[in-house]
Amino acid sequence: MNILVCVKRVPDTESRIRIQLETKSIAEDGLNFVISPYDEYAVEEALKLREAKGGTVRVVSVGKDAAVAVLRKCLAMGADEAFLVKDDSPETYDGLRTARIIARAVERKFAGTDLLLFGKQSVGADNSQVPAMVAELLGLPQATVVTKLEVEGTSATALREIEGGMEKVVLSLPAVVTAQKGLNEPRYETLKGIMAAKKKDIPVVKLEELGLGPDELASQVEVTGLDVPAQRQAGKILKGDPIETARELVRLLRAEAKVI
Amino acid sequence: MIAVFMETRDGKIKKSSLEALSEAKRRAGEMEVETAAVLVGGAVADLVPSAFALGAAKVYLIENKALVDYSSQAYALALAEFVGEVKPAALFFAATAMGRDLAPRVAARLGAGLASDCVKIAVKAGALEFTRPIYAGKAYLTFTLRSTPKLATLRPNTFPLGEAVPGAGEVVERQIAIPDGAVKGRVAEVIKEESAEVDVTEADVVVSGGRGLKGPENFALLHDLAAVFPRAAVGASRSAVDSGWIGHQHQVGQTGKTVSPNLYIAVGISGAIQHLAGMSSSKVIVAVNKDAEAPIFKVADYGIVGDLFEVLPRLKDELKKALAE
Repeated sequence: MNILVCVKRVPDTESRIRIQLETKSIAEDGLNFVISPYDEYAVEEALKLREAKGGTVRVVSVGKDAAVAVLRKCLAMGADEAFLVKDDSPETYDGLRTARIIARAVERKFAGTDLLLFGKQSVGADNSQVPAMVAELLGLPQATVVTKLEVEGTSATALREIEGGMEKVVLSLPAVVTAQKGLNEPRYETLKGIMAAKKKDIPVVKLEELGLGPDELASQVEVTGLDVPAQRQAGKILKGDPIETARELVRLLRAEAKVI
Repeated sequence: MIAVFMETRDGKIKKSSLEALSEAKRRAGEMEVETAAVLVGGAVADLVPSAFALGAAKVYLIENKALVDYSSQAYALALAEFVGEVKPAALFFAATAMGRDLAPRVAARLGAGLASDCVKIAVKAGALEFTRPIYAGKAYLTFTLRSTPKLATLRPNTFPLGEAVPGAGEVVERQIAIPDGAVKGRVAEVIKEESAEVDVTEADVVVSGGRGLKGPENFALLHDLAAVFPRAAVGASRSAVDSGWIGHQHQVGQTGKTVSPNLYIAVGISGAIQHLAGMSSSKVIVAVNKDAEAPIFKVADYGIVGDLFEVLPRLKDELKKALAE
């Protein structure tokens, strides 16, 4: 089975996000970048499937040169090959643009892919748009936010999270699946894996090679503002006897906050 | 026209879809266009009155036996066809599991821009302007979409539900052909969680626990407290989930769910940045923690510094008394 995993480089979740007002963008200096956490579950699932069924695991990222670090981590985890689709444009927050790039890359460079795995969303833009858009552009079925995946022959069964339960989705391959926390426990890279990954070549695919027109690469999103939320003010602190404080809290919730 | 996709579960329109319809009605009023509801499914005509009650001028009914079980492919085909024919200026969805699965497919099919998980929508110079959290709410992005139509998913529990008043309007039935072989994936079964609790993203009150609970067995205290409220759910910090104390579907924060309930009660949670990102848009935040220096107190409207094992049972009793009044 040929699996392609799409990954993104994002600031880690402990990052404090600062804004550059003049460019309406996120200040990147001082941020620690990692593979988007949900993408790690996608890579792990691909490796597990390869171990069970054979085949190859390829990983691709659309982004700047710096994304190579994330691809190298995937190689160190055990992916066979990694590719960078080089896109130097700043974050557009437009899922459709990225989806068009990935869909075209799949058609031109990764033909014969049986399963496309993604994280359920990037941790950052938080759009959760790209995987389903890629599926639609390629005419493939999808299961998003998946916590269990079984592949049998040319079909897959996925459990996806919905409010208050799960949906069991039956897909015929090729298909798009997005990973949710709970799908698996991502492995750590081994020293041997890290050493081997350092030696591997990471081919660069240029955007021009994909033959997308300017219309297709134009962002649909026009940013008019970027703000950090107003800091919440620390409120009233109650201390002392548990019965007294509980009673006072309930009184405040009713009389002052009016939420009960 | 602003059209709104009405998600149905268990033979009812979801509350979050009705919230989206209410918001569409308000914005359409400003734009002086009409609001329409779009009902998709096997047999959904029974649900027409609830859409009219919230002010839809028209209800489009797309019924087909191929639409009985949800399939992102079949539903996207139906909605894209509807948009192509009726040409609404915008199509809204609730940002639910289904809305987030479906809207991107419709957008890709139409080549349209999509605003995901909006928390605010405004009309500026006649055009819709969307605001949505990025980095799980560490920042907010405001933007317009260049395409027509403009697609958006609206975060549940964020937009006020309009008042339902019995009303009527035009019902438009639309036929849709779904070719054999066009649908390669579908929902075979819906498995409900046994607990009667609502999802953290849909709850009015969320009671969350962290490392301070000391072990999985003590989550019972949170369930007891949540049970006092009519629509409450139990949440958890990442460290509690990673310790295996509770399922990840309860996790609130940047690698969990973002919630905005009326009342968020953080119990034994210190308040890591990634947790705060997921709950800071709650209307009122209460923290219970024995460490007076815990960062959670910096965002809490009300804090109790004390032993949660002593405080929670008392808090439950007092809340019960107050809510019974």
